[in-house]
Amino acid sequence: MNISRRHLMILLPAAAVAWKHVLAGTPEDSPNYQMSEHWWGMLIDIPKCIGCGNCVRACQTENDVPDGFFRTWVERYHRSDWHLENPEVISPDGGKEGFPVVKAGEEGMFFFVPKMCNHCADSPCTQVCPVGATFISPDGVVLIDQKYCLGCAYCVQACPYGCRYVHPTKKVADKCTLCYHRITKGLTTACCEACPTGARQLADLKNPNDPIHEFLKTHTVQVLKPQMATGAKAFYNGLDGSVR
Amino acid sequence: MSGLKDAGHLFRFAGLFVLAFLVFLVVRSYVVPKSFGEYGHYRGASIGEIAARPIKFAGHQTCETCHTDISDTKTKGAHAHVNCEACHGALAAHADDPTTVTPVKPDTAVLCASCHTASAAKPASFPQVDPADHSGGVPCETCHNPHSPIIGSDSSGKTAKGGAK
Amino acid sequence: MSGVEGYIYPNEVTLYWSVLIVLYPFITGLVAGAFILASLERVFSVEAVKPTYRLALLTALAFLLVAPLPLVLHLGHPFRSPEMYFTPHDTSAMAMFGYVYMWYLMAVLVFEIWLDYRREIVLLSQTSKGLLRLIYQVMTLGSSNISAGALHIDDKVGWIVTLVGIPSAFLLHGYVGFIFGSLKANPWWSSPLMPVIFIFSAMVSGIAAVMLLYMSTTKLRGQKIDMRCVDTVAMYMFYIFIIDFSMEMLDLVHRVYEADESFRSLNFLVHTKLYFSQIVVQICLGTIVPLVLLFLTQVVKLKEMARKRIYILSGSLALVGVLAMRWNVVIGGQLFSKSFLGYTSYKMALVTREGLLVAVGLTILPLLFLWALVKLLPPWPDKSLHEAATGD
Repeated sequence: MNISRRHLMILLPAAAVAWKHVLAGTPEDSPNYQMSEHWWGMLIDIPKCIGCGNCVRACQTENDVPDGFFRTWVERYHRSDWHLENPEVISPDGGKEGFPVVKAGEEGMFFFVPKMCNHCADSPCTQVCPVGATFISPDGVVLIDQKYCLGCAYCVQACPYGCRYVHPTKKVADKCTLCYHRITKGLTTACCEACPTGARQLADLKNPNDPIHEFLKTHTVQVLKPQMATGAKAFYNGLDGSVR
Repeated sequence: MSGLKDAGHLFRFAGLFVLAFLVFLVVRSYVVPKSFGEYGHYRGASIGEIAARPIKFAGHQTCETCHTDISDTKTKGAHAHVNCEACHGALAAHADDPTTVTPVKPDTAVLCASCHTASAAKPASFPQVDPADHSGGVPCETCHNPHSPIIGSDSSGKTAKGGAK
Repeated sequence: MSGVEGYIYPNEVTLYWSVLIVLYPFITGLVAGAFILASLERVFSVEAVKPTYRLALLTALAFLLVAPLPLVLHLGHPFRSPEMYFTPHDTSAMAMFGYVYMWYLMAVLVFEIWLDYRREIVLLSQTSKGLLRLIYQVMTLGSSNISAGALHIDDKVGWIVTLVGIPSAFLLHGYVGFIFGSLKANPWWSSPLMPVIFIFSAMVSGIAAVMLLYMSTTKLRGQKIDMRCVDTVAMYMFYIFIIDFSMEMLDLVHRVYEADESFRSLNFLVHTKLYFSQIVVQICLGTIVPLVLLFLTQVVKLKEMARKRIYILSGSLALVGVLAMRWNVVIGGQLFSKSFLGYTSYKMALVTREGLLVAVGLTILPLLFLWALVKLLPPWPDKSLHEAATGD
C-alpha cells in the first residue's frame, strides 16, 4: 500500500482512536449501545453459499472454539430425485476446510446449509436450565453465563438443532453467542465478516433501516424445524424441504 | 387431646426445619450474585462480561480507514463484498498495533482455490475453475488482481502490493 | 469418525449424559418403589406385608442417600450445585430436584422412620454405650417421651406422613420421567407417558428389591421366610408389572402406528444398536419372562420351594429389566441424531469420574448404607429390646 510517511503520521493516531472506540468496554459503558433498541437475528441465503468454510474457521478463531466442537458448521446436502425425504448429508469436520469436489453430471441437487444457534425467541434450551445460567438477553441473543453454568448438559439435550455442546476443558455449556462482543460495538459477527458471498448477514429486526425488512418483503424464507415452534431467528432463504 | 405435652418431640423436629430454613435464607442472601434477576432469571452482569471478550477480527471498516487505495480498487471490482479478513485472516492485532504486527501475505496458489475450485455442488452462477486445467499451478495473482480479480477491470493493470513503504 | 454412522450434527458425536444418568433414575426408582411397598401396609392396611415394612423404609433411605451422588459426579462443576437451591429456575423440571429431594428425605422418609423407631431409639439411647449412645441421644432430639399417649400421636402422624409420602414418592421419581418426557427436541423421550412408565417400572423395581432383600436377610439371620408376606408382595409386583408392561406396549404400538418423521430412524436404532439391551434384556428377559413366571404362581398351586425360586428369579430379572429400561431411555435417546439421518456410539469409560467402575461402586454403596442402617435401627423385632422395654 502506498502511504507516505506523512500520511501515516495522520492516519495512525486516527485509526488508533477509532479502534479504541470500537473496543470500548461493556455495552452498559458504551454510550452508543442500548439493548432495548435491538432484536438480533441472522439471514442465511442458501443459493449464495459456496461451502468454502470461511465462516467455520473465522468463528473458531474469533471465539476460541475447541477442536471437534462447533459453534457454527456447514452441511452439504445431496437431494436425490428418487429419495426426497432421505438426503445424503455430509459435514467433514463441520465444513471447516471446505468440501470434496463433486464432478459434473451427478443426478439430483447439491447445496450447502450453514447452521448455527438460531437464537430462538421461545428457546427450549433456556426453558430447561435449572439455575438460570442460559438466557435470552433483552436484545434477543441467547447467551450462556459460563461462571454460573453447572455443566449438567440439560440444555444440550433440549436444543432441537444440535448447536450446543459442553466445552471439553471449561466443562460448561457453550455455543454461538452471535458474536455478542462484536455486535454490541457496531461490528458484524465473525462468520458474516468472513463470508465471501454474503450468504450470511447479521440482521437487527428492530432497526428500521436494516436490509432484512426489505428482504423479508421480497423473498420467501423459512426457519429450521418450524414444527418445534421455537421462534427461531435464523432465517433461511431458499431452504429446501429435505433439510434436517 | 392429652396434650401438647405428648407432642413435644414433634415440635422439636419441626424446630429443626425452621432453623434450617432460616440458615438457608441467611446463606442465600450472601451467596446469590447481586445482579441476579436484573433483566430476568440470570446474572445480569454476565451480559457485560460476555460483551467484553477480546476481538480478533477487526472488521473491514477498520481496515479501510488506513488502506484507502486498496478499498477504492476493491469497491469497483468483483470482490467488492469480500471483506479484507475473509482472505487475510483475523487482523485486530494488526489494527491495534500496525507497525509491530505485520500480516503475512496470503499465498494465492492455495487461498483462491478454497472458494473457486469448480464443484457441481456450488451454485452454477458462481465463478469456478479447475485449478490444474485453468492455470497449471501458477499462482492466481500472476494474472488476477485479488482486490479486483476480473482481468482488465483493474485500471492500473498491475497486481496489488500490500504493506506500508 | 469412529462410531458414527450416517450423518449426525457435529456436536452430537459425544454423549453428554453417561451411565451415571442411567443410574440416577434407577436409584430413585428403587426409593419410590420401596416406599410404595411400605405404604401398602401403613395406609392400605395390607397386613400381610408387615414383615417388610421397616426394611422397605430403610432400603428407601439407603438408596436415597446415594441418589444425589451420580448427579453431582456427572456435573461439570459439582460445587456449583447449591445454585439449584438458591436460584432454581421455575420453568425447569430439573430445578425442582433439590427441593423435592430435601422434602422427601427429611419431611417424609426420615420423619417416618423416626416416628416408627422412636421408642427403640429412646430405649437404645439409654442402654447402649460409647459413640453409639451419643448417636442415639442425638436422634432422640432430647425427648425421651415414649408414653402411650406420645406413641399414639406418633402413629397417627406417621400415617399422615405415609399418606403424603405416596404422591411425594411419585413426584420424586415422576419428575425424572418428566425431565425426559417434556423435551420436544428428542422424539425417543418426548411423550406424556414417560413419567407414568417411569413410576410404574420404579414400583416394580422397588418392590422386587425389597422382596429380594427380605428373603436374603431372613435367610442370613437363619429365620423362616414368611411365605404369606412374600406371596402377597409378589402378587402386588405382578399386577403393577402388568400395568407397567401395558404402558410400555402402548407407547411402542403408538409409535409404530403413527410412524412420524422420527420413526424410521428410531426403528433402525432398536433393531441394531439397541437390539440386545431393549429386545433381549429389557423386553424378553426383563419383562416377559418374569411376568410369565409370576403368572404361573398366581394360577397354579406351587410348592413353597418352587415359589421361592420363581420369586427370586423373577425379582432379579425384573431389576435387570428396569435397569435396562433406564439404559435404553437415557443412552438410546442419545445414540441417534436429531437429523434422523445417523447414529453415534457410547464409549463408556472405565476408570474416569463417569465410568463403569464408579457406576458399579454407586450400585454397591446403598447396600453398605443399608447394612449400617440395619445395624443402627434393626428392622426385625429384637428380643433383648423387648425385655428392656417390658422390664422398665
